[in-house]
Amino acid sequence: MEKALSELGHMDELAVQESPVHGMNATAKLLSTVVYILIVMSFDKYDLSGLIPMVLWPVLMYQMSGIPVRTCFYKLRIVLPLVMAVGLFNPFFDREIMLHLGNIGVSGGVISMLTLMLKGVLCLMASFLLVATTPFDSICAALRSMHFPATLTTLLLLTYRYVGVMTEELAVMTDAYHLRAPGQKGIHVSAWGSFLGQLLLRSMDRAQELYASMLLRGYHQHFHYAKHIPFRGSDAIYMALSCLFFILIRFCNVSELIGRLFVR
Amino acid sequence: MIEFENVSFAYEQGAPVIDNLSFTIGDGESVGLIGANGAGKSTIMKLLLGLVSGEGRIAVDGIEVNRDNLGKIRQKLGFVLQNSDNQMFMPTVFEDMMFAPLNYMVSREDAEKRVDEVLERLDLQYLKHKYNHKISGGEKRMAAIATVLAMEPEAVLMDEPTSALDPYNRRVVINTIRGLKQTKIITSHDLDMIMDTCDRVILISKGRIVADGSAEKILRDKALLEANRMELPLSLIHR
Repeated sequence: MEKALSELGHMDELAVQESPVHGMNATAKLLSTVVYILIVMSFDKYDLSGLIPMVLWPVLMYQMSGIPVRTCFYKLRIVLPLVMAVGLFNPFFDREIMLHLGNIGVSGGVISMLTLMLKGVLCLMASFLLVATTPFDSICAALRSMHFPATLTTLLLLTYRYVGVMTEELAVMTDAYHLRAPGQKGIHVSAWGSFLGQLLLRSMDRAQELYASMLLRGYHQHFHYAKHIPFRGSDAIYMALSCLFFILIRFCNVSELIGRLFVR
Repeated sequence: MIEFENVSFAYEQGAPVIDNLSFTIGDGESVGLIGANGAGKSTIMKLLLGLVSGEGRIAVDGIEVNRDNLGKIRQKLGFVLQNSDNQMFMPTVFEDMMFAPLNYMVSREDAEKRVDEVLERLDLQYLKHKYNHKISGGEKRMAAIATVLAMEPEAVLMDEPTSALDPYNRRVVINTIRGLKQTKIITSHDLDMIMDTCDRVILISKGRIVADGSAEKILRDKALLEANRMELPLSLIHR
């Protein structure tokens, strides 16, 4: 649990590093990420070869930001299997052979499963990159600047903050439980109900105090305090180039073109 | 000036937590609010800050505490929470200290000047760019006080400022409180600290004022303290 808390703190540390990506305007990064995710999601379920070049954008951005890709996979290790599980049953339902790799026939189900997995991984990579290169308050400020409702933005901000609060409470409660239940692995099923209830109540108490502390220091659903990097020409160029790249990959199957260079 | 006039408060249909309370705190006064657990000390703070609302009249510098004036009132009052973890929610101490001034539309440049001044005054420059999750409990408490001072409030309210601190850090906090020029309202069970930092003490029991007078007089009154589930400050017992 301590490790989880430290990892949450590490996300804040990543977001304030210095790199060309960290130095970009938050709105530009947010919009590029949203466009990227939308385009990734728009690929056909059998268009695996068309989707593969979309890997280039996050890989390039990770390189530019100085954040190793493995950090992303490590931090998202709990979510990734869930994303990978999407489409896991496709091979059982869609058995029509769509291509042959040598003598092996590959069914539509396998291709759609791989496409869905790749889509999930790419979306996670892009989202993680945004959060790891932009302080969360700046992301909320960017949302507000795009007229995203104040209540929803505050909700998003507080959810992000409360993850830490809840984890802290969970750590304290788990320690207290194990100190009085030596040799027991995990929390016994009979205690789950009260444990969860207590966790919720304690987290709510702390969350209320935390929110009160924000209100008492002038928080009014605007993000004047967030680190603001003005939108410059370089941000416009970055957005334009990114979107152009996404559109190019979306409507032109680069893998196929490269393949045709070698295979007649 | 802070005024409480016939203030009462109860949670829903329960017994009153605050019962017809009236007192006035003048500018620059240092007041200790003492009382047993559940006496209503923290509720008094919450009422003053507009976090809960009751009956009666509460005013700060003549401005009544109500929904319309909350912004103005809260800008005048800096509140140091008992649990500094709940106060320090930004990634770094610097960002936490900038939070209030920027929200109150102080320019970034001026806010940074304020932060530097406060850190220098409290001798905490070394904390400026530290991550909140990496500093000790004592440092966090000092940083929490610093975040409030960066607001340049007219009065500082503190809820148990010395709880869970080691003797060294406790002394550092006490000295810091003594050095503050603002009006101070401090709730605590640490009566030695109250003795060191406050000129006036208000003793609360069951939501009512039992005694209001000089700290020297009230904190030496063994019978009065014991009747209200408290004890003489340790420094007086061991004399």
